[in-house]
Amino acid sequence: MRNTNGGNPLVHIDGLATEIEGREILKDLTLSVFPGEIHAIMGPNGSGKSTFAKVLAGHPSYEVTKGGITFSGIDVLDLSPEERAREGIFMGFQYPVEIPGVTNSSFLRLAFNTAQSARGEDELDPIEFDDYLQDKLKMLEISSDFLDRSVNGGFSGGEKKRNEILQMAVLEPKLAILDETDSGLDIDALRVVSQGVNKLANNDNAIILITHYQRLLNYIKPDFVHVMHEGNIVKTGNEKLAQELEEKGYDWILDET
Amino acid sequence: METKLEAIVNQPYKHGFKTNIESDVVAKGLNEEVIRLISSKKNEPDWMLDFRIRAFRHWLTLKEPTWPNVKYPKIDFQDISYYSAPKTKKKKSMDEVDPELLRTFEKLGIPMNERAALAGVAVDVVFDSVSVTTTFKEKLAKVGIIFCSFSEAVKDHPEIVKKYLGSVVSYADNFYAALNSAVFSDGSFCYIPKGVSCPMDLSTYFRINTEESGQFERTLIIAEENSKVSYLEGCTAPQFDTNQLHAAVVELVAMDNADIKYSTVQNWYAGDENGKGGIYNFVTKRGLCKGVNSKISWTQVETGSAITWKYPSCVLLGDNSVGEFYSVALTNHQQQADTGTKMIHLGKNTRSKIISKGISAGYSNNSYRGLVKVGKNAMDARNFSQCDSMLIGNKNSANTFPYIQVENDSATVEHEASTSKIGEDQLFYFASRGIDTEEAVSMIINGFVSDVFIHLPMEFAVEATKLLGLKLEGSVG
Repeated sequence: MRNTNGGNPLVHIDGLATEIEGREILKDLTLSVFPGEIHAIMGPNGSGKSTFAKVLAGHPSYEVTKGGITFSGIDVLDLSPEERAREGIFMGFQYPVEIPGVTNSSFLRLAFNTAQSARGEDELDPIEFDDYLQDKLKMLEISSDFLDRSVNGGFSGGEKKRNEILQMAVLEPKLAILDETDSGLDIDALRVVSQGVNKLANNDNAIILITHYQRLLNYIKPDFVHVMHEGNIVKTGNEKLAQELEEKGYDWILDET
Repeated sequence: METKLEAIVNQPYKHGFKTNIESDVVAKGLNEEVIRLISSKKNEPDWMLDFRIRAFRHWLTLKEPTWPNVKYPKIDFQDISYYSAPKTKKKKSMDEVDPELLRTFEKLGIPMNERAALAGVAVDVVFDSVSVTTTFKEKLAKVGIIFCSFSEAVKDHPEIVKKYLGSVVSYADNFYAALNSAVFSDGSFCYIPKGVSCPMDLSTYFRINTEESGQFERTLIIAEENSKVSYLEGCTAPQFDTNQLHAAVVELVAMDNADIKYSTVQNWYAGDENGKGGIYNFVTKRGLCKGVNSKISWTQVETGSAITWKYPSCVLLGDNSVGEFYSVALTNHQQQADTGTKMIHLGKNTRSKIISKGISAGYSNNSYRGLVKVGKNAMDARNFSQCDSMLIGNKNSANTFPYIQVENDSATVEHEASTSKIGEDQLFYFASRGIDTEEAVSMIINGFVSDVFIHLPMEFAVEATKLLGLKLEGSVG
């Protein structure tokens, strides 16, 4: 287990309830994540895991009806998705969209420079940025022809997920919510992506992994494992809980609650 | 997110001002008397008047085309003034040009002063019905290039005009070509002699200023053997509640090994967001690759006009000749565009390439219409067409009407088409990386059009990128 900081939480979610088109998805969800922690959120389909990720990132389709989210002490519900990103919240998409005609390299550079400006630091020109990028590519075992392709255009499922982690590596967020980053990955890709995430994790940032399967947690060791059901966290434990879920499924917990 | 997109695509038109200048406007209406009056105002020779009268008589027998995929109320051709000229004579030097006109073009970013001209682009400036000045004329004359207004060409180079006028677009070609041939008032003329590669880009800037008038100009470009020229065309108009008619004819002739590159950035006033006002842009543009190994390349960026109806085309007569068409058409609000090209393969081993990118926003309607025709003697002709459409929002439409007529079995014709949409998902993806909607839209659009923009001359590419930006950027609501 990494250093769990006893100070203020990086993100604190307090009694959060959300709706989409009048349907309630998250119900009274409370969770605190401290710098240096890795949390895994598991749960059956339709339990609200992906909604949770999108709500943190500020997806406009979801309406927050109750509760709040503070991030580094600021109320993020008032912030647009782009403002949240500039504050250091990153969401890795379950289904990254394709953006034809926009090259990966220019997309990454624009995103990076936007973050740099938000931090009050200098933007990098294409040549400087390329240097910066090469290290990240190496870390994630991504070949540089990746950069000339359009964003996620014609990427395999695994390549898309790898591209999400590359973006995370480039942006160095304070909080990363990775929504089913392991789905669609073969075992080699899973290893590379997991190693990348491990390298990016440090005592100042936090990671929330949303996953269906325990196998991701063989590679990334979580400090906490939460089980989500019907829009709320119904059980919290450690790694062992994940193993138990793998063996027994979710029913026993749902019966328990 | 949808409303943000709307705010971005609903930017006001920035060239909508009107210049207060006294104009000589011919009374509304169209008949032989009016045509004789236009001709006499221009002191034209008889052969020119004859051409006009023949065209007019033919026009009377024609009906307005109804096949384009556009809708508009019937035009009353008697309710248009066919000639409007600022009341100052064309001057020998820039110092004598009406300062009001100079200010107008300065405001539009068109340098009429040669010293101030950017990177040496020679400009012929057409204001309503007449050419007001042509820069760098003397310099070009030194290498034998004739670059002047059409009226001057009729006076000073009648033998060339007579030979080529109507040789590519005959007055009988279509309704608007006939109308133009009858009433055209000015335009640009350019002649590149044998073996000369034009040392600078030539350009015409068209400005409609008068509310009641139409603009009917002609451009004629002749590139002799082994010559080369790059020609640019730009257009704007003030904002009026009424519609103005713009019916131009452009003819290009390329002889053996000649190369003509014709680039247009069209930003006529498009009407307001409810579709009130704007230019009806009904234009016939055609190039003839007359010589062997000749090449004509059209690049157009169409962002303005209430209605655009134009098909810059290539007739590939010379063996091994090449025709290209690169187009970006952006429509917004109630704008309608039916645009594309015709590639007519007649010579052996002729090649053509079509890349069309349509962007529809608001309630607009954007159609690509293109014909690839391979004649029976056109052995080994090849064509590649790619037509991509992008939709912004969900209240607009995009259509593709490709026509292929092949009479020779050895031909290779390829057509690819795609439609994409800037969706909420894409914008959220950008947003989650810190990039706001405005920047995201601009990045997606720039990516979408890049295959076309690389074919624009540098200066124009910068201009066109800014223009798309103007049309699509703004305060995010």
